[in-house]
Amino acid sequence: MNIHEFQAKQILGRFGAPVPKGQPAATAAEMEAAFKALGQPKAVAKAQIHAGGRGKAGGVKVVNSAAEAREFAERLLGKPLVTHQTGPQGRVVRKLYLEEASEVARELYLAMLVDRKAEAVAVIASTEGGMDIEEVAAKTPDKIITEPIDQTAGMAGFQARKIAFALGLKDKQVNQFVALLSSMYRAFNETDASLIEINPLVVTKQGSVLCLDAKMSFDDNGLFRHPDIRELRDPNEEDPTETEAAKYDLSYVHLDGNIGCMVNGAGLAMATMDIVKYYGAEPANFLDVGGGANTEKVAAAFRILLSDDRVRGVLINIFGGIMRCDVLAEGVVEAARQVNLKVPLVVRMEGTNVDQGKKILKDSGLAVIAAADMADAARRVVEAIGKR
Amino acid sequence: MSILVNKNTRVVTQGITGATGQLHTRACREYGTQMVAGVVPGKGGTDFEGIPIFDTVEQARKATGCNASVIYVPPPFAGDAIMEAADAGVELVVCITEGIPVLDMVKVKRYLAGKHSRLIGPNCPGIITPGECKIGIMPGYIHKPGKVGVVSRSGTLTYEAVYQLTQLGIGQSTCIGIGGDPIIGTGHIEALKLFNEDPNTEAVILIGEIGGTAEEEAAQYIKQNFKKPVVAFIAGQTAPKGRRMGHAGAIISGGRGTAADKIAALKAAGIAVAMSPADLGSTMKQVLDGRK
Repeated sequence: MNIHEFQAKQILGRFGAPVPKGQPAATAAEMEAAFKALGQPKAVAKAQIHAGGRGKAGGVKVVNSAAEAREFAERLLGKPLVTHQTGPQGRVVRKLYLEEASEVARELYLAMLVDRKAEAVAVIASTEGGMDIEEVAAKTPDKIITEPIDQTAGMAGFQARKIAFALGLKDKQVNQFVALLSSMYRAFNETDASLIEINPLVVTKQGSVLCLDAKMSFDDNGLFRHPDIRELRDPNEEDPTETEAAKYDLSYVHLDGNIGCMVNGAGLAMATMDIVKYYGAEPANFLDVGGGANTEKVAAAFRILLSDDRVRGVLINIFGGIMRCDVLAEGVVEAARQVNLKVPLVVRMEGTNVDQGKKILKDSGLAVIAAADMADAARRVVEAIGKR
Repeated sequence: MSILVNKNTRVVTQGITGATGQLHTRACREYGTQMVAGVVPGKGGTDFEGIPIFDTVEQARKATGCNASVIYVPPPFAGDAIMEAADAGVELVVCITEGIPVLDMVKVKRYLAGKHSRLIGPNCPGIITPGECKIGIMPGYIHKPGKVGVVSRSGTLTYEAVYQLTQLGIGQSTCIGIGGDPIIGTGHIEALKLFNEDPNTEAVILIGEIGGTAEEEAAQYIKQNFKKPVVAFIAGQTAPKGRRMGHAGAIISGGRGTAADKIAALKAAGIAVAMSPADLGSTMKQVLDGRK
């Protein structure tokens, strides 16, 4: 789960990290009031969307008066902001953030994430702040510092200092940085974060370390421990179909093709998408109905994948282990009746109660194309939607 | 022969009275696995269909000599259950539970360092030596005793591969689902090492997916050390970047972990990569026929 910059800064601030003073706003009037409340000659206005690259896209601006703050809000609110991360349709701006302006001497990069290889939380840092870190890692890997944190020892002072000196920090900045890492590590552990990214972390002209931008993501599996963080979810930033799927505990990811796929198990679901492509078409989605799906869940899954109006054909691929093929068939029949299915439906079933499942589909009177195996299923669905 | 589990394996179920625990304990016993104990804190002294239940794994081990554990307890308590099994000295711990917070697994892995237990999973279907011992949720009947090892990050995709092998008359020595999470107990390489040393395993199917670099590292290991032919498949060739595809570990992040990278690494190591998941069985058949 992702949150907005201002929310990440509020959380990090609570853990003692140095963040600029600021205030969120949802209307032009609130933005104007925020400028007055800040009481400084200038401030930075920032669009709040779950995507990077806002600065270059015109989503960040220094404003010198309450009127300018209002004008910025009027120009952005309710309109899509297109950055290199949003895709061409952009993201509609619904929230803004106004914070005190800083005088920047140096820009650094700092992040904390779970390092799969080290099986530990790790600090990633670089002198190349304010840039796309993936690009830095690809072009100049020697400029990336990675330091895994021992789970038992925690964020050790010597490690934090090692990174501070490698980043060229000096004087009081070193201790500020050590304190920042300690705050970040506590925030990471106590919120079940999966990523904290400060890009850029700056050294101000006054010589202090400051988190100028902040991004936080959380481990969905850890959210049960943090009802307060779960509340920060912004449904406007998420695909409505994916949100709907989540209600039924279905794992759905919207893609760009036209073959709707419904599968049990994440690996088999990915493999089914792959085989659709292998036979020359593109999958419309990833959809894992899970192991213990009942009729209601299968019906919901079917409705959800058909709610995408680009879907020209549906491929159901089920290998029933825990999941029974008769339960699946009942769900499909029920849902197909509810939605008045108009596109070709190819079903491949194998496993527990497969004969009963096939009989239910056959007796339903639905125009189901039965497939012998995975390859046959993919071939048939691609054939059914015709060559395009 | 086989790896890790066989007809002598004695299994304790942690979370035996939950719906999942009951269902699969029953199915594993029907398959022929020695299900010797259950653990549910507070229910010690009772039994599940004749299988004695204990309050702690330690008690279960003392009383029954169980040498493997299978965990079905819910995600908030699963990390603790793994550590309890390791503390009791259970040699093999198989965690089926999906949805354990990754930071819990960071802690668990640190705890396991220096202990004598091997962890398989979490978020996996389990492990089976066909005809001898099934620990986990895979449908037993699709398997057939034989000489091909299977190691996979996926559940149902593993069943697909096994089913294809069995249809072609190719049996399996042992099949391990290592799990779809970012941090797991036993990885591809450790499983491969065991298959390498098992005289009854003649070839291995390796099923990977997007995310992380485990398959690239496995390719390197195979090239340098593995003595037997390997057939591989990588799921997620059509997955977009930055999106989690169901499994917590299946995400292309920071430009790493793409299917293309993994397939290239495997091919460079001389491994036969099936480009379609429907060709896993037939590719293995070609490889085996070619050796005769």
